[in-house]
Amino acid sequence: MSRNTMPTDVENWKSEVYGNEIREHLFEFAERGFDSIPDDERDAWFERFKWWGLYHQRNGQEGYFMMRIGTPNGVLKPGQLRVVGEIADEYARGPGTNPIFGDAYADFTTRQSIQLHWIELSDVPAIFEKLEENGLSTQQACGDSWRNIVGNPVAGKDGQEVIDAWPVIRDLNETFKGDDDHANLPRKWKVSVTGSADGSGQGDINDLAFEPAYKDVGGDDGEGGGDGAEGGERIVGFNVRVGGGLARNEPRFARDIDVWVPPERVSDVAGGLSALFRDHGDREDRYNARIKFLVDEWGPEEVRETLQTEYVDFDLETAGRDVREEYTYNAGEGERNDLIGIHDQKDGRNFVGLNVLVGRMGAADVLDLADFAEEYGSGEVRLSQRQNVIVTDVPDGELDDFLAEDLLEHYSPEPSPFMRGSVACTGTEFCSLSIVETKNRQVRFARWLKENAELPDGVEEFHVHLSGCTASCAQPQIADVSLRGMKTRKDGEPVEALDVGLGGGLGEEPGFARWVTQRVPADEVPGAIANLLESFADRREEDESFRAFVARHDDEELDALVDPEETDYEDPMMHNTKRTWYPYAENDGLEDAPPVPADD
Amino acid sequence: MTTRLRVLDDGAWISVDDHREIRVSELWRLDAPGFCSCDLADLVVENFQEVGVDGSRVEARVYGQCIACGGAGITDWLPVGRVRGGEFVELDRSCVRRTRRE
Repeated sequence: MSRNTMPTDVENWKSEVYGNEIREHLFEFAERGFDSIPDDERDAWFERFKWWGLYHQRNGQEGYFMMRIGTPNGVLKPGQLRVVGEIADEYARGPGTNPIFGDAYADFTTRQSIQLHWIELSDVPAIFEKLEENGLSTQQACGDSWRNIVGNPVAGKDGQEVIDAWPVIRDLNETFKGDDDHANLPRKWKVSVTGSADGSGQGDINDLAFEPAYKDVGGDDGEGGGDGAEGGERIVGFNVRVGGGLARNEPRFARDIDVWVPPERVSDVAGGLSALFRDHGDREDRYNARIKFLVDEWGPEEVRETLQTEYVDFDLETAGRDVREEYTYNAGEGERNDLIGIHDQKDGRNFVGLNVLVGRMGAADVLDLADFAEEYGSGEVRLSQRQNVIVTDVPDGELDDFLAEDLLEHYSPEPSPFMRGSVACTGTEFCSLSIVETKNRQVRFARWLKENAELPDGVEEFHVHLSGCTASCAQPQIADVSLRGMKTRKDGEPVEALDVGLGGGLGEEPGFARWVTQRVPADEVPGAIANLLESFADRREEDESFRAFVARHDDEELDALVDPEETDYEDPMMHNTKRTWYPYAENDGLEDAPPVPADD
Repeated sequence: MTTRLRVLDDGAWISVDDHREIRVSELWRLDAPGFCSCDLADLVVENFQEVGVDGSRVEARVYGQCIACGGAGITDWLPVGRVRGGEFVELDRSCVRRTRRE
């Protein structure tokens, strides 16, 4: 019996052509047309194209690609959002029309990137030219290498900042994007660098995290952690954590490797750890390839020792005093669970966080927002890890006029908690992995909950994350209510369903959601959440947070509180949306799939 | 004649001779003692782990979950289809699949 497994294929394909050199082939195929890619080479080329930010869309959508634009730290410099809007408007249109979002749209992702759909191969060179002329790129937005670097999106401006991480992120991006030594890793490599005290870089769920920390050097207490050394100097730098990630039913928080690094040496340590992963990560089994599994196997001490002895040529400092006790972002309580609303910048101006429901914005709205960012701010826009946008540099005197714009009725700085807390991945609309429809479903959930459910007094935020599968692109394990795509039978018929998890979140002491109720038919989920919230209100102790409420109940008790129920919520996507070419098409069967787009 | 088999898209598809043929997210009936406590598991196919061929029979090991009892894990080798005359024919999705007996 012969066995062929995925890891060998992917590693073989990567060993033949990978990294920067893919671009030349990509442009040749674009010139000669999609059909010029030989049938027996398509899977290999589609795997390689990911390195340049292109995913071939799922079955039934042959010849169309998702394009991911990596925007380091979610920073869009003045003019760049307009470029994204123009590209979406011109190129991100396909044979399927989304009933909620229309024909051309941009998705803001949980890693501060931008995704466009229905991209045709023949248009790729023109799109790349326009992006790159304007300082944007798709390079390494996907694939087995350095992905888009994330962090606190308002780095350099945030009034709560401990250290400005933006120059560090820029340096890492310039160093490791396109670096052949780090272009072919065993698997993806996700890096977070955060300089603020709110934890908004979400370092805990990344392969490599740099978090702000103080270190006393040169004084009597040379080993000090930052509590004050006589005669010495207190430096702000970063503590290092390694091996976080959420995918594949194997979530891990990044582990502390007891290293503090000053800003000027972040690149050396990041490069050392990336090389360590390149050399020691598992290339035989892609399911075991992420560095989280290497940290499991070695332990943080061995990671540190190997980094010190083999990958850096200076003495590593021990960890400094961190500020994790101040973390509030996605923590389930306290202020600044997200960056929505009006916030002070350290230069006296304001940044205004706007809610983009499930991260999707129509091209026309993208262009309008670009106009307003120029009119009321500096033209700069930033993207958060909660799929929202932030307009920066708005003077006090411009705030009222900006807030009065009609566009902000749809993208509000003061949204309903159910709109504000919604995060969703791409789902079966385009994604091969997803088991269920997600984005439109989460929109329907949020709208229904807004009208039919209530939060107890004093609870201002409530995070619901919907992920179509265990890949966890919507980061479901770190939400108040975690929803994950599943199947079940209802009246004997297969229907789309969701597993329900509760009580996850980040903060000083992060915790993953506990999966307490399995396989709830999707149309009973809104009722389940409403019932759960009713029980929370009834049984809550004083001003207890939802996360604390979950923590003091066992799984059986929580399962009983979830209580799925049919309501007047209607779900039009209960059937197997994976068997369609496009779930919203009138004739959605795979036999009605459109042909490969003709070359222009 | 060689049949090219691959697991693609991080385990979302089985490709046979460069065509995506078998997808995740289907429900399969399973006669697989030891996978879960049910006489007949009702398995949600979440991820393909491996694919292989035994004669004309194409088989896969699958990560999934029984929706009747909640038991989850990786199955033994299960049939997914046959290659007949150079053409792949998918197994009827409603059939009961049995793990290969050694």
